[in-house]
Amino acid sequence: MRTVFKTSYDADINLFRHRVQAGWYVLLLVVALALPFLLGTFAIGEMTNLLIWAIACMGLMVLVGQTGQASLGHAAFLAVGCYANALLQLNLGLPFIIAFPLAGLIAGVAGALIAMPMTKLHGIYLAIGTLAISILTDDFIVLAEPLTNGVNGLMPPSIEIFGVSFDRYGMPGRLYYLVLAVALAVIYLYRNMQRTPLGRSFAAVRDSEVSAQAMGVNVARTKATAFGISAGITGLAGALMGHFAGIFNNETFNIIISIQLLLAIVIGGLGSIHGAFFGAAVVALLPQGISITRDFLGQFVGGGSIAIPGLESAVFGLILILFILFEPMGIYGRWLKIRTYFELFPFYRRDMFRRQKSYLKTERMR
Amino acid sequence: MSLLEIDNVTLRFGGVVAVNKVSFNVEEGEVFALVGPNGAGKSTLFNLISRIYDPAEGDIRFDGRSILDKAPHEIARLGIARTFQNIELFDQATVMQNLLVGRHRHRKGNMWSELAFTPFVRAQERRHREAIEKVIDFLDLQAYRDKYIAGLPYGVRKVVEMGRALAIEPRLLLLDEPASGLSVEETQDVAYWIEDIKKQMGITVLMVEHDMHLVSSVSDRVLALADGKMLSLGTPHEVQNDPKVVEAYIGVADEKEEVLA
Repeated sequence: MRTVFKTSYDADINLFRHRVQAGWYVLLLVVALALPFLLGTFAIGEMTNLLIWAIACMGLMVLVGQTGQASLGHAAFLAVGCYANALLQLNLGLPFIIAFPLAGLIAGVAGALIAMPMTKLHGIYLAIGTLAISILTDDFIVLAEPLTNGVNGLMPPSIEIFGVSFDRYGMPGRLYYLVLAVALAVIYLYRNMQRTPLGRSFAAVRDSEVSAQAMGVNVARTKATAFGISAGITGLAGALMGHFAGIFNNETFNIIISIQLLLAIVIGGLGSIHGAFFGAAVVALLPQGISITRDFLGQFVGGGSIAIPGLESAVFGLILILFILFEPMGIYGRWLKIRTYFELFPFYRRDMFRRQKSYLKTERMR
Repeated sequence: MSLLEIDNVTLRFGGVVAVNKVSFNVEEGEVFALVGPNGAGKSTLFNLISRIYDPAEGDIRFDGRSILDKAPHEIARLGIARTFQNIELFDQATVMQNLLVGRHRHRKGNMWSELAFTPFVRAQERRHREAIEKVIDFLDLQAYRDKYIAGLPYGVRKVVEMGRALAIEPRLLLLDEPASGLSVEETQDVAYWIEDIKKQMGITVLMVEHDMHLVSSVSDRVLALADGKMLSLGTPHEVQNDPKVVEAYIGVADEKEEVLA
């Protein structure tokens, strides 16, 4: 176990706790940068998908993990970001480099506006309210056919930044780097949020609204800000999803996606960036993992690659139930335990992490 | 002019009059205690000052200005800090983070500068942490700096909550039962701290407390309440010997006999 001797306030403020920790993350970044040279086209596409999901998960994590507000409607913000990005490019002819951040901003503003009435609700009621928003967005996309092309969907143009092509099919490696850059930027913003009064006010609202208020935190405004930042990040992920999918319509961002997002961050571990990535890995890689396993098993028991309806949802549900029962802190929580076990070997005690309380308890107000 | 003026305040919950025409002033630099049996309206008065409830009648003035037009979150900005009877800390955060939330009143940056983590934000963070260290030193919380609240014993949480209120750098500190559930030694610590808060920091203290020993050792003036009404106001000695207060706490001799008979 490493003891950090803090000699200035900056030791608590800096991004990394000590040099060794920074070194590990640099190593991780090097691996991430080397992936396009190590993996084939298909695998790099899967990694790109994983990163996009990770961005979306970070977006939802701001709201659920940091601020304790449940949302079952985040697919709506994926849709807003995706459509805004595509329409700004198709209809107004804006280049990607302008349309993309604008799409995030539009989704963020939409989130903040929706939050104003929504966050008067608590817990399960808020979840149902956001669920309604998600369903309404689906219908709105169909109704606004002149703009959104309804159920026929839209095809976003190939990404080009200053003459360099990031085409989904032609340049999968480059698209991967672009998504990686966006993910890194979002991580940086997320870390900044966590170490400033902004993130602390989110945590305050999550843990006790009454005392947050007594500390001078404007609860309603903080919730709206959290919704805005969350929706903004999710919108960026949505825009990338649109480019990655190549074509999308109202069905692309349905209620299942909202639920999968929520499941991902619960499985990954609430309240941390790591959790967002672990959860995204599960969601993004699980379908491929299942089909590979099925093909593999099919060789022995026969039946080949016949699709079993509902298999994916069933496996997903099983994983979620197992996590809720045995590891409520998610994959990241398990990782922390394993790490502590080795750091403190042989002094680790079983009940070291016992005080676990779930989030989403802010309905205690008054 | 008094620092805090409670002027003829009444609050009703349906038919129940929780606070009935209560008036008193808290002078700058004094320790003022509210005592009374359960349900007397002590915590309700705190919630009125925190603007969680709106009084039906009367006015509450802080530093000469009415606070009834303020939202609950604006009270801290005026310089009024409070603790809660049933500790209301941020459980999933460390002691340090809890205390830092207390500095929210002094936040100067906005969302954008904080997301970008400008040099100004970093400088401000340093100042916050410097201020927090003073509170940590004052309350001897060094050992718990990076511990999560969820794993701390009750007594320490109680102290952390007081520290969080002090981090606000208030002019008026509302302590809701600072010694409830504490051991004799811990209660003595609280008594010393209240003395120091008053004398060294120059902060006015308004507290609710049942421990009459603590009340009489630290308070300058005491107000006894019962059933939302004012019973007796004066020095701890005067209030403790007021027949009306004795009656409210233990009842009158004849009455007791009537019940028995």
